[in-house]
Amino acid sequence: MCGIAGLIHRGGKTGDIGTEMTAMLQSLKHRGPDSTGYALYGKPLKGNELMLRFKVAEQDEMSKGFKIHEQVKERRNEVDRRIKELGGRIEEAHDATEYAFRYKIDFAGDRRKLADYIEDVEGAEILSMGHGLELVKDLGDAARVAEQYALKGFTGTHALGHTRMATESDVDIRSAHPYWAYPFADVSVVHNGQLTNYWNGRRALERRGHRFMSNCDSELIAVYLADKMQQGADLKDAMTDSIDELDGVFTYLVATSDALGMAKDVMAAKPMVLYESDKFIALASEEVAIRSVFPHEIDTFDPYEGEVRVWKSA
Amino acid sequence: MALRTKAHDMGMHTEQLSGRTQQRFFTPSEEENFTYPEAFDVDFNKRAELDCGPLSPRDVNLKIRDLMSKGYGTIVLKNPGAKHSIAVGILNKLNLHIEGSLGYFGCGLIDGPNIRIKGRVGWSCAENMLAGTIIIEKNAGSTFGAALRGGDLVCMGDVGARMGIDMKGGTIIVGGRCGAFCGFMMQRGRMVILGDAGKNLGDSMYDGTIYVGGKIEGLGVDAVPGEMNDLDVSWLTRKLKMYGLETPKGVKNMQKIVAGKQLWNYDNLEPTEKKLIL
Repeated sequence: MCGIAGLIHRGGKTGDIGTEMTAMLQSLKHRGPDSTGYALYGKPLKGNELMLRFKVAEQDEMSKGFKIHEQVKERRNEVDRRIKELGGRIEEAHDATEYAFRYKIDFAGDRRKLADYIEDVEGAEILSMGHGLELVKDLGDAARVAEQYALKGFTGTHALGHTRMATESDVDIRSAHPYWAYPFADVSVVHNGQLTNYWNGRRALERRGHRFMSNCDSELIAVYLADKMQQGADLKDAMTDSIDELDGVFTYLVATSDALGMAKDVMAAKPMVLYESDKFIALASEEVAIRSVFPHEIDTFDPYEGEVRVWKSA
Repeated sequence: MALRTKAHDMGMHTEQLSGRTQQRFFTPSEEENFTYPEAFDVDFNKRAELDCGPLSPRDVNLKIRDLMSKGYGTIVLKNPGAKHSIAVGILNKLNLHIEGSLGYFGCGLIDGPNIRIKGRVGWSCAENMLAGTIIIEKNAGSTFGAALRGGDLVCMGDVGARMGIDMKGGTIIVGGRCGAFCGFMMQRGRMVILGDAGKNLGDSMYDGTIYVGGKIEGLGVDAVPGEMNDLDVSWLTRKLKMYGLETPKGVKNMQKIVAGKQLWNYDNLEPTEKKLIL
């Protein structure tokens, strides 16, 4: 079933998006207990700075023997070495968990090459590498993930979130949403539904040189949109094209460094409730999620079939 | 001799329905037939308020039932917080005021209460409603009034997709616009949309009537334009007046959509049913 949520502070304002998104996702817990994910957009970094979120093991591996702790250390050291080898500089390094890390790096080279080189390390996977985007996802509900990754007080402009009921792929971090459009900085997607032309779409994009990190149909949307934008389309045009070119039932949310968008397929078979004001936009699969941020009475509505909307943070 | 009922006076028996009606009408003297054996005897002047904030949906519904058993005929629900499945299965006369919004399946499976909702409702509001009235002051989600059997379901705002899917009776009125596939597989009843209607309106409808005040983005399979007659105009005028609604171009200029009757006729009775009526 899955639950998706999005929020954006308008007019260049920021807020505690970590707490806001946690409240929204926790109220959608019943839509999917398998994993929870966040795409959080903090203040954009300057110049060649990138915020790198990566993991070197899965959560369940950590309980399988003593050796894994040593392996995690070795894998992380190897990632550090490879960043430096390609000319990158690690400015800050934080342990998000025992196996997931948050680095601020300065890197002017080819991001794809860096991403490929890091992921060549056994067990390593880049969750996000953006100027504003930070992607956090793990098994369990929103309260657990938010506490584990210390998301309370995370200040930013906009965010996406997802609670997953695994129907199309495994229960692991790799299959959890949101999806980052590898290796494009700052494009992330959460999706509710099924894409029936996933493999055709994936093959077409792979022929164009894109790489897929998972077997989840939702990742196709992220890569599809990023590819369109790489060809010059703006976000809204890319999303409008997706309504015709992606087949199936879907409602998805997409975020870039400065925008949040939503799209709904022509069957309108997947839910979405929207609240819009001059200061704040909130979207979710169910109104209970929006009510978790706004306890007072507000006007909400369902977007219509085939509808595409985009909001800018500034 | 057939009894002349209020339904006859309202002109409901002179409709040009090609199928055989399965509606049942009761005479005013049989009023007790509208109530269930275990229905509570409530007094509309006896009023209670319920704060839903700290309660689960199950507890809210049990509290409503408990209040009705104590004779409360007017209940006000405060802070519903868009919780799901609130006010379902009420088979009783009741004035229910909901001061806020409901989530999924609000007011489903009801038979009798008059409900007013100040906020919005989520998907599948009033699913399988049998009788009573529901008035929603804001917007409604998809599958609004799915499989509606009777009563009046009114949304003052906009409604999502697939409104009245599998509808089998009653009336749905929308003050604003509605999404795609409204009236999908509609089998009976009336739907009034004062604003614009989305794509595939009335797709695969077997029977029933849809009136649209605004633009229709597209008709579905076997949904065809019908001709407005005096009966339609008088019925619409009366219904809209009841809820203080009006259509900008006037009811005479509303578009009427009916079934083209090219699909399988669901109304053919099964042999066993034929035996019963012979």
